[in-house]
Amino acid sequence: MFAALTARALSTALLALASLAAQAQNDHAAHAQTDPRPAAPAAAPKTDAADAQAAPAASASDAAAPPAMDHGDMRMPGGPPPADARDPHAYANGQQLGAGDYAVPGVPRLTLADEHFFASLRAETFERRFTRNGDDSTAYDLQGWVGTTFDRAVVKAEGDIGRGKLEDARTELLWGHAIAPYWDTQLGVRLDSGEGPGRQWLAFGVQGLAPYWFEVEATAYVGSAGRSALLLKASYELLLTQRLILEPRTELQFFGKDDPERGIGRGLAEASVGLRLRYEFSRQFAPYIGVERAGSFGETARQLRAEGDRTQQTRWLAGLRFWF
Amino acid sequence: MPSRSPILVAPSLDLSRRRFVQGLAAGGVLAGLSTPASRAFAQQAPTANESPPVLRGNEFDLLIAESPVNFTGQPGMAITINGSLPAPTLRWREGETVTLRVTNHLRETASIHWHGILLPFQMDGVPGISFNGIAPGETFVYRFKLQQSGTYWYHSHSGFHELKGMYGAIVVDPAGPETIRADREHVLLFSDWTDEDPMRVFAKLKAQSDYYNYHQPTVIDFFRDAARDGLVAAIDKRQMWNEMRMNPTDLADLSSATLTYLANGVTPAGNWTALFRPGERVRLRMINGAGNTFYDVRIPGLKLAVVHVDGVDTEPVTVDEFRFGPGETVDVIVEPRDDAYAIFAQSMERTGYARATLAVREGLSPAVPALDPVEWLDMSDMMGSMSHGAANQGSAMAGMSGMGGMDHGSMGRPKHGGMALDHRQHAAAAGGLAVPSTIARHARTEYGASTDMRVDMARTNLDDPGVGLRNNRRRVLTLADLHTPSGPIDSRGPGREVELHLTGNMERYSWSLDGLEFGQSTPVHFRHGERLRVILHNDTMMTHPMHLHGLWSEMESPDGRFLARRHTLPVQPAQRISFLVTADALGRWAWHCHLLFHMDAGMFREVVVS
Repeated sequence: MFAALTARALSTALLALASLAAQAQNDHAAHAQTDPRPAAPAAAPKTDAADAQAAPAASASDAAAPPAMDHGDMRMPGGPPPADARDPHAYANGQQLGAGDYAVPGVPRLTLADEHFFASLRAETFERRFTRNGDDSTAYDLQGWVGTTFDRAVVKAEGDIGRGKLEDARTELLWGHAIAPYWDTQLGVRLDSGEGPGRQWLAFGVQGLAPYWFEVEATAYVGSAGRSALLLKASYELLLTQRLILEPRTELQFFGKDDPERGIGRGLAEASVGLRLRYEFSRQFAPYIGVERAGSFGETARQLRAEGDRTQQTRWLAGLRFWF
Repeated sequence: MPSRSPILVAPSLDLSRRRFVQGLAAGGVLAGLSTPASRAFAQQAPTANESPPVLRGNEFDLLIAESPVNFTGQPGMAITINGSLPAPTLRWREGETVTLRVTNHLRETASIHWHGILLPFQMDGVPGISFNGIAPGETFVYRFKLQQSGTYWYHSHSGFHELKGMYGAIVVDPAGPETIRADREHVLLFSDWTDEDPMRVFAKLKAQSDYYNYHQPTVIDFFRDAARDGLVAAIDKRQMWNEMRMNPTDLADLSSATLTYLANGVTPAGNWTALFRPGERVRLRMINGAGNTFYDVRIPGLKLAVVHVDGVDTEPVTVDEFRFGPGETVDVIVEPRDDAYAIFAQSMERTGYARATLAVREGLSPAVPALDPVEWLDMSDMMGSMSHGAANQGSAMAGMSGMGGMDHGSMGRPKHGGMALDHRQHAAAAGGLAVPSTIARHARTEYGASTDMRVDMARTNLDDPGVGLRNNRRRVLTLADLHTPSGPIDSRGPGREVELHLTGNMERYSWSLDGLEFGQSTPVHFRHGERLRVILHNDTMMTHPMHLHGLWSEMESPDGRFLARRHTLPVQPAQRISFLVTADALGRWAWHCHLLFHMDAGMFREVVVS
């Protein structure tokens, strides 16, 4: 019962986040609407292909009249097109690429890079973590994609290797689809492995770039037996110089239900906040050092304490950020 | 006479940054290392101070093949024509019919496009539109009659072959007497070279679009601004950019982090030299054959009389400097008196330069100016006329709120009013299309993930030299300076308007028109014989040199006066430019941004004239 409620709360939180993202896109609209005469935009233009020719004449002769345009929208992307938006195919007059009048027979139509697949694999973090009590580990956070500009297969893999074995790993296979200039939705599956029984989840999330250049990921998960989870990540790049870059980074994990076999309690289970200072020998090769404060909370923390483990720790980091 | 012996330079382990940017003094095509295919032409390979060979006549055999080159200390393979980089200069005569047998010795399909030349569309050389391309081992015969004279160029239209060296000059001599008087002339073709595989460069931009930009705003810059202008001003200066996730130094996608800038195929260190005798009037036929670089060209100590642009004579205008983008050509007349002058072509993003020397003899090396500092894009580049060109973010923002009902009338009015009244009246007769429309009509497909910016009130000012040139105290050529004395090719006014928006998403590294990449697009149809107006409305923060194949682009002023005939028209950020087209050439044509990566990303349309 409670679990279901939490799951609902989590999904609501996620939706809120997604709408926040959308909201951010529209912030400018709000900004621009401090316009003292906001009434004009409502009388939106009725221009279409047919009477487009009349428009210029009107604008020339009727200079003082407010123009028929949407000031509220300014220039920011996001939101649906207005009803009178121009049809981008209106000039085609029935012609197709490589077919129709004067198409050269036997010549396949031109294809450019927008129809090619590209791929990249990036290690956001790949690091050794040092703690005061000697509880050192190696951690990785990889993200790869293959596909076109707007649709991609995305692989995310994150995990810890300590004391010679995989302690905790999360691997996701997602379909990433661009829904806004800076935002992708991601839909797919997640597999948890490491200590304790494996878990499988369905994943749905958003990833993108928020205003002021914050990299944001928010993913909600639904597992078997009523399990649910929410993962939030955010990071920022502060260019000290063109190559020396300080990156604050935070990650929050919530769960909808206790999972004692994996040492997880409901609610906020784990959180970390770190600072990494990297030097980009090239964009693709950047060693870094850093420090991170990580903690467990609630039921998760209680279980750790019961096993005699620490719930909070400061880690010193040395790692490599790279991609290809 | 410079040595023709092969230049073999082992890649040095401590290859210095300077050498990379400056290039090898004697870099270029390595004649002795040529492939069997190009060996026959090896003796034509230019070294430091030679021009590419000049081929004259009506019949030409051109061979496309790989040639080893070394511009930076790192040996690589170029794709050349007749083993020469740049390709041989072709010297034709107006009214004659030329035949060009082009043989492809590559392992992939190749092509040659004759940039700006009027010809049957099957001869235009765009694989997938005008023909099938030239398959490996095959020969394609181009044949067409020359209907024009002037400075043009030719290049590959296949993949990134152009960026690998496939470009050369075309000079078409007029059938009658030469209209521009000069005692001597030189062709100067600027280009850029990367040691990387261009497709790999593209893939990197796809993964991180600011990969090659090392002029990004930093924390140190912020504190410097804060110390100088105060904290509030420093925050204001950045706020809009950060809020919009736009980079004010996003002036070019590539930089000297991967490019070496070339003049006639020679690195800056190589110092290609053009000779003259004092007192001569020297015509420099300058061509921008770069894959990605806008060049800002000047010759310190000399005024440049611009006389001929995009292969068309223009009313002479005297300037200190001009900017031109890939695809454009500019001929200037200079009258040098001293012994030596530097021809300095800095790249728009200010990370390097191509350089040559104009001198009375070989071996002179006049001082090369320092690169200008990087200037941030300003509000007019982001918001068009909304900003009143204000460089100050604060006032632009304040202006926005009060500008809802701003004086749009002024946007439609002539900026340089009062001229060519007869012409306007004439156009008015065409029915409501006397002046180009100014109201942005965004396409429905601009509201999706492909488009990171839309400009509602674009600027129509043609007298803006562009970012980096605005306040440099030099007289810089602008589009408003261009006047083709012979007037338009067609006295009719436009029958209709076609509005296309230049769009993109820098973060995703996607480039398109109307928010649609080429693969999603449909052709633009021109009715055969019609006279129409095309409006290019730039919804991005970059300048795009738009090249329409097969048909002239007759640029007009904001009040509908004819200005100049172009084949490649640069459209600045947030700018709206119009031109008239007479659709007199039947067939299928390409229309695209001539920045090769933008073109290949999909900023490309097929045009059908039928």
